[in-house]
Amino acid sequence: MIPTIPQNRTIRAAYMAYVVLFFLYLALPLAVVAVFAFNDSQFPSLPWEGFTWAWFFGDERPMIGVFHERPILRAIGTSAFVGLCVSVLAVAVGTTNAFLFNRYEFRGRGLLYVLMLLPLVIPGIVLGISILVFSSTVANAAWDMANLDLQALRPGLVLVVLGQFSFITTIATLVIAARLQKFDRTLEEAALNLGAGRLTAVRTITIPFLMPAIVGAFVVAFLMSFENFNTTLMLVGSDAPLTIAMFDRLKEGSTPLLNAVSLLLMVGSSLLALVMILFQRR
Amino acid sequence: MQAAHRLGFVLLLTPLLLWLSLLILIPHVDMFLVSLRERVGVGEYATSLANYRSFIDEPLYLWTFARTAVMSVMATALTLLIGFPVAYYIAKMARGRVRSALFLLCLVPFWVSELVRTFGWMILLRETGLFSSLLQWAGLVDGPVEMLYNDVAIMVGLVYTSMLFMVVPLVTTLDSLDDSVIEAGYDLGGSGPSILREIVIPHAMPGIVSGSIVVFMLSLGNYLTPIMLGGKDSLWFTELIYSQFIVRFNWELGAAFGFMLLILSSVIVWGTLRLTGQTLEKTMG
Amino acid sequence: MTIPDLECTDLTKRFGDTSAVENVSFEVPPGSFFSILGPSGCGKTTIMRMIAGFLAPTSGDIRIKGRSVLDAPPNKRPVNMVFQHLALFPMMNIADNIGYGLRRQGVSKPEITRKVGEVLERIGLPDIGERKVDELSGGQKQRVAIARCMVLEPDVLLLDEPLGALDLKLREHMKIELKALQSAFDTTFVYITHDQSEALVMSDNIAVMNAGRFEQIGSARDLYYRPETPFVASFVGDSNRWRGRVVSVSGDNLRLRSESGLDLCGNSHGRPVSDGDEAEIFVRPEAIRLGRGEADIAHFDNRLSGRVTSLLFNGAASRILLRPDSGGEEIEVALPQSGEFAHLSRGDTVHVGWSSDQGNCFATETG
Repeated sequence: MIPTIPQNRTIRAAYMAYVVLFFLYLALPLAVVAVFAFNDSQFPSLPWEGFTWAWFFGDERPMIGVFHERPILRAIGTSAFVGLCVSVLAVAVGTTNAFLFNRYEFRGRGLLYVLMLLPLVIPGIVLGISILVFSSTVANAAWDMANLDLQALRPGLVLVVLGQFSFITTIATLVIAARLQKFDRTLEEAALNLGAGRLTAVRTITIPFLMPAIVGAFVVAFLMSFENFNTTLMLVGSDAPLTIAMFDRLKEGSTPLLNAVSLLLMVGSSLLALVMILFQRR
Repeated sequence: MQAAHRLGFVLLLTPLLLWLSLLILIPHVDMFLVSLRERVGVGEYATSLANYRSFIDEPLYLWTFARTAVMSVMATALTLLIGFPVAYYIAKMARGRVRSALFLLCLVPFWVSELVRTFGWMILLRETGLFSSLLQWAGLVDGPVEMLYNDVAIMVGLVYTSMLFMVVPLVTTLDSLDDSVIEAGYDLGGSGPSILREIVIPHAMPGIVSGSIVVFMLSLGNYLTPIMLGGKDSLWFTELIYSQFIVRFNWELGAAFGFMLLILSSVIVWGTLRLTGQTLEKTMG
Repeated sequence: MTIPDLECTDLTKRFGDTSAVENVSFEVPPGSFFSILGPSGCGKTTIMRMIAGFLAPTSGDIRIKGRSVLDAPPNKRPVNMVFQHLALFPMMNIADNIGYGLRRQGVSKPEITRKVGEVLERIGLPDIGERKVDELSGGQKQRVAIARCMVLEPDVLLLDEPLGALDLKLREHMKIELKALQSAFDTTFVYITHDQSEALVMSDNIAVMNAGRFEQIGSARDLYYRPETPFVASFVGDSNRWRGRVVSVSGDNLRLRSESGLDLCGNSHGRPVSDGDEAEIFVRPEAIRLGRGEADIAHFDNRLSGRVTSLLFNGAASRILLRPDSGGEEIEVALPQSGEFAHLSRGDTVHVGWSSDQGNCFATETG
């Protein structure tokens, strides 16, 4: 079944049809979400009551648009803040991890590598509760022993950042390590030969080479953090990130406001992904 | 030079160790310890297996546990079956621009939150949803049809949500299969099915395994899809964990549940790797 | 007359507007070694893929043992192919690789084991059945790839530049071995390559291909000594080449004044060349005789003297470059093996000559 093998017309057509159906299946839910963001009705469902921008810009009840809905705006801000923190941390640790595994041979390297991969095969919700349990153990101990009230270790943004960081770092490490693997070490040696110090060589030669992967890892980390639900659910405090805020709304019943937020999310993350692809083509 | 080398090593090793120990290893050990605690009075605890005993004694818990495992396995198999032909089409049949466009299209749904995807399915499947309206409009049914809140809906959502994690590794491994190897198979008298069985699938095995592991993990640990598409009584194990922790505030039992989920996923992942002769480093790294 | 094992008539393949293969016809008698030699991109791989069934010809016919195979898919054709990068199945061991085609034919298990053992014996690697593909050396893989096809006893074996990936020493060795395997299996081989020495050493017949067409089909000797087109003359072997205008013709003998001002005698070997034509003369370096004095070369009708500008030592294939005193581009001359000129050095004056027979002359079409 490759183009150079002559193939029965019917089979070929059926295969094509299957692929088309598959992509319809992929597109359908998103298309529906996007379309109903413009429905002039209280519910994101048929019948179609006419086109409106009110769910984006409306400022009167009952149709308050995204840009006038303070809790949603704040949740977007919270998500962005968490996403930035997680991305910076994950990329930093991911880069050091990549260098460690690429440049050093040491005892326990294989074991550490497997441990590094583990967060990928731990369910997100378990990661969440284990960090929740451990942080409150520590916080309780601090209180019992020194009367210290460590608010940071109670459910809240710090724990959310740590929880997301705990598994996104693995992804960042893999992305950066894959590119470092392709790096030709003799380039660094050439830099040393031309008078650069070891750190200078890494800074001027290796890091620029890694840049596409670092940016890629940053964007992927940001997107993953932004859309994370499971881990966040267990660690969240009073400041809810967007996915949690939307979840709470959805439980109460949906309005096209949620469609509008979703559409903005789609556009936002597509743009971000596009920027990343363009950057990596460069 | 030697000292600098040493220092560099220590500096690079420290963040890794801090991350793995403080956020992965110790929390899980602590969770295990908490799961062994039994509340005997206010603020008084004893070490026992009581939480695990209540897990085994309560049929609802066990049933939910087994059901979650079986449905996750089914979701994984379905995702593989649906995704494989598409991955093969992208990797081996499509060429040039079409190929990159299709690959990108596969990724698009996953740049948006799982919540949005699930929301989309809700709009489609619920009683007042698009499908129901369409069926009524076509005159195939008389009244509204509720397609949400059943196991099929959960399955549709799970497969949809994990598709990317199956298709991407499959495309990557299939892509590395040289066309001439398939041609050689035909040249030596092979037919489509025999080439698929003897050449394509063995070659794609690492991709199949890594895709399946990730999809299984995501299904097993999924909370959103079962709740939203399966409704209140969807009986998903993560729900039990959530309610023990957040609603009933019984962390000890919740931790035991979490540990059971961890064991289940580890056993299945380890078993899959053993059965197929793959390693975690090879499939994930 | 026996039916040829492979026969292509007026084979043409067009991709859109460009034609990759244009009206190619040839036949390959049973048990012979046929090569298609041409630069990369000349269309030789296209021919091979049409014979194997991976491409459908735009027009023309392909017959194997007298029967057209155009309607047969690749897995039903009685030809097998050794791929450029061999395409051994990395997911199987050697025995399973070789047994693959037999399993497709539904041969019984013990029979497969016996046949695989036999063919491994024949390629001189009896104990490697259990090994993995990547445990073999380049030469061993080569032989396994051939064995995998030969075990099916195909009418024709196609080989698509299979030696390309090997290093020089091994390639030299494999040339001889391939030829030996071909006569041992007594099967028709069709071999494509861009390396003339592979084609010249192994083949019974060679087709030289350029820009989608066959320029000439003939034995290695024919191609080397009696090229029929300027392309063959320049592509097969090395040549000194002069371009100029024909000033006189008598029978096949002719005189040409080159653009650089040399007067040369040549021979058109029956090709139409007439007075005043633009033409080219090709002379092989080893056809040119070296002499210390003018007397040594007095019996040749082409005589020149010149100064040695470079010595290109390469063992048996050593050459010198010399610049003629009468002007014009440098001439490459083979150094005789007798040792007579072993002490030649740069700047020495030497005399060279060759007979007009050795000066292959072609009228250029643009003339």
